[in-house]
Amino acid sequence: MRFFEMILLLSLIVCAVSVGLTKDLLTSIVIFMSYSLIMCVIWVLLQSPDLAITEAAVGAGVTSILFFVTLKKIRAIRREGRHEQDKG
Amino acid sequence: MSRIRDNYENSRCLKIKKWIDGEVDLLASGVEIEAPEEAKEAALPESDLPNPAWQPGMRRPKAAKRRRRNRDGRDIRYFRRIYQLMSVFLCLAIIFILLWTVSYLPAFGNAGNPDNNEVSARYIESGLQETGAVNIVTGMILDYRAFDTFGESCVLFIASCCVLVLLRIDAADGDARARKRLREADDRVFEPKNDVILQRCACVMVPLIMVFGIYIILNGHLSPGGGFSGGAVLGSGLILYLNAFGFKETERFFTEKVYRRVTLSALTFYCLAKSYSFFTGANHLHSGIPLGTPGAILSSGLILPLNICVGLVVACTMYAFYTLFRKGGM
Repeated sequence: MRFFEMILLLSLIVCAVSVGLTKDLLTSIVIFMSYSLIMCVIWVLLQSPDLAITEAAVGAGVTSILFFVTLKKIRAIRREGRHEQDKG
Repeated sequence: MSRIRDNYENSRCLKIKKWIDGEVDLLASGVEIEAPEEAKEAALPESDLPNPAWQPGMRRPKAAKRRRRNRDGRDIRYFRRIYQLMSVFLCLAIIFILLWTVSYLPAFGNAGNPDNNEVSARYIESGLQETGAVNIVTGMILDYRAFDTFGESCVLFIASCCVLVLLRIDAADGDARARKRLREADDRVFEPKNDVILQRCACVMVPLIMVFGIYIILNGHLSPGGGFSGGAVLGSGLILYLNAFGFKETERFFTEKVYRRVTLSALTFYCLAKSYSFFTGANHLHSGIPLGTPGAILSSGLILPLNICVGLVVACTMYAFYTLFRKGGM
């Protein structure tokens, strides 16, 4: 169990750092979602399941969806073909 | 990130060296949404411009030339280098101060810590008799500290009001501009509607999510959870339903009028109920609210209706956020 907690905490740090380092906004939101999911498991391990429910619903669900909608509104989600054109 | 680059020009090391030298701005080149050239010009500070009635389309050859000369000048470059070094320094200083503060905190779980005082002892010892709630956390946040929770519900309501003010497009006046903005904001026209996979999944998932949310709200005083968690789950279920079946289906039961009535009545009931119980409690009067037997679903006095109120407010707020972000109205 101790080992599992260490893995979770380490991946939490990795997620937190990589959110800031990714250049693609869509990818960083997906990483942010996974951060919330890991946090949810950690809340369960810390024996507060009510916080885990809230974290899963708000952190991983609603907030990320709002981010996605915002990215769509500001047209930051690029289609695959155009992305490659910009690169090449 | 793990890609191997063989040319030195694109390597991260050179970029960092350039950034420290103040030649390039990593942030400026990494931002995905490039503003158009005119907007960029307008975003620059123009305090020295004498003409207040300046339009974004007008040309300002003199100011532009002066700015270009300044951009090439060494003082700007020095300023940028100092600026970046100072930002790094500020970050390190804040990290150092926070860690230093943490090192002065007492050890976690120590019996002599200042948080281990008579308040928590009272909550743990006589919480069950005084509130009637088996779940001690709900007993605390909805009975002893119910006014805090009322403030939190109000914060949510105010947040949704702010989003309403910022994002709402009022098409009631019916002029052409508002209708055009509404059409632009409604981006659902371009995406695949009636997606079969999503609809079948939603048919299975949405009832389960809804029942789970209602269960969490109604059992808030018995098991972990409560108004906020259950309301968030309900709101997520509503959003999933909306995504699968479109606005036409949800508008049959959830319009702006419903949102306004539900939120307002829930907050008003919360305020009145808690004012009554605080008034009687402060004056040592008997409130007349039966606590019931602990463990039964109809027990613990006001906590169950207050949980329902908080859950309704939270679910409505989540749903309203999504619809406002999506099409600027409910």
